[in-house]
Amino acid sequence: MKGERWLWVLTVLSLLLMLGAVFMALVQAPPAANVRTETERYTQRIIYFHVPSAWVGFLAFFVTMVASVGYLVRRERAWDVVALSSVEVGVAFTTAVLVTGSIWAKTAWNTWWTWDPRLTTSAITWVIYLAYLMLRGAVEDPEQEARFASVYGIVGFTSVPITFMAIRWWRTIHPVLFDTSGAGLSPNMLSAFLFCLGAFTVLYGTLLWHRVRLEFLADEVRALRRQLNL
Amino acid sequence: MRPLRQLGAIVWKDISAELRTKEMFSSMFVFVFLAIVVFNFAFELRVDNVRQVAPGILWVAFSFAGVLGLNRSFILEKDRGCLEGLLLSPLDRSLVYFAKVLSNLLFMLVVEALALPIFTALFNLPLLRLDLGLVVLLGTLGFAGVGTLFSAMVVNTRAREVLLPVLLFPIVTPVLIASVKLTGGLLDGESLSAMGHWLRLLGAFDAIFLAVSYMTFDYVVEE
Repeated sequence: MKGERWLWVLTVLSLLLMLGAVFMALVQAPPAANVRTETERYTQRIIYFHVPSAWVGFLAFFVTMVASVGYLVRRERAWDVVALSSVEVGVAFTTAVLVTGSIWAKTAWNTWWTWDPRLTTSAITWVIYLAYLMLRGAVEDPEQEARFASVYGIVGFTSVPITFMAIRWWRTIHPVLFDTSGAGLSPNMLSAFLFCLGAFTVLYGTLLWHRVRLEFLADEVRALRRQLNL
Repeated sequence: MRPLRQLGAIVWKDISAELRTKEMFSSMFVFVFLAIVVFNFAFELRVDNVRQVAPGILWVAFSFAGVLGLNRSFILEKDRGCLEGLLLSPLDRSLVYFAKVLSNLLFMLVVEALALPIFTALFNLPLLRLDLGLVVLLGTLGFAGVGTLFSAMVVNTRAREVLLPVLLFPIVTPVLIASVKLTGGLLDGESLSAMGHWLRLLGAFDAIFLAVSYMTFDYVVEE
């Protein structure tokens, strides 16, 4: 396949970058100065994975939205494959966001979950894209599946910012704890943080490429099967 | 004036079909009533807390009943091949969308208009007010706007009825939040103008989603 070699270069690169990210997050970055307990000092390091995962989730769903528009305009299978693949990668990273966030929240807020705007928006976004995958599974005709999924991918991404706005207003009236861990990073922490952000973005690109490649291979298998009348 | 007449014709078709069977309307209405009764036992509503939970109950009942109605909306069209006829007729596709939104909105509003007096009586709350009517109208419009789009989508899927709430509820969350917030505020004695930002959010959501649905509806129904 075309570009196969570059894919493997990228795969090795993201492996190295992720190892680097682990090193940066756990060893290189200094412990947070403003936390009270030992546990919090450790759990604080979650931001090096939590925030990049959230960023990748957002990026992935944005890519899906763009690819969905692309599909509706151009009607080429490649756009739809990118949209589908990006949702799958995005859902995986959003799951990671919800899980790591809950672990951190348990130590910092002494609860696994609170209906804070960001938490609620992430949860709803996660549900929207699970619904997206369910929708794809429920349509039989492949061309129809691609069309419906594109429409849902566009409408879903439109809803996310409004939901965030709505919940933030709601909770401004009922104050709750806000996540301020992203603010006030020391230069050392910031460099580790930015490194992780970059590493996760490369990882997203690699995973997306692999997933797209897988889908095209599956297409080939289907075509071959049809030829052989299996 | 021609588009308006065409719009009216489709809406009238839906109304007269509904008047003959009354199946959508009756199931929605009975559902709303049952929801009130079920919530009454589930929460053991007492005078001191009914005001706090009433907006939630109201909108849960409305949105679930709305899903019932929206499900029927395109299944009726699909089962006898009426949708093909509708799409073949010489009118703009977006007109079909707006007509379906209008008739769905109409059915939901009628059910809500009948449910509100019942709520008022059973919960002893002042729900029959003009400003609350506006909130109900705007909330239902947003719900029907996106709901109609998804309803046209799910009739072509295997899961049909099951899939619509799964697709719809996460997307209409902002509508529900704003509607519940406004309803609660009105019950607490605030005026609509004091909650202008919520009203604007609701209005903006309605506009954005009607626009997005209008632009994408063509892609859903094309064959």
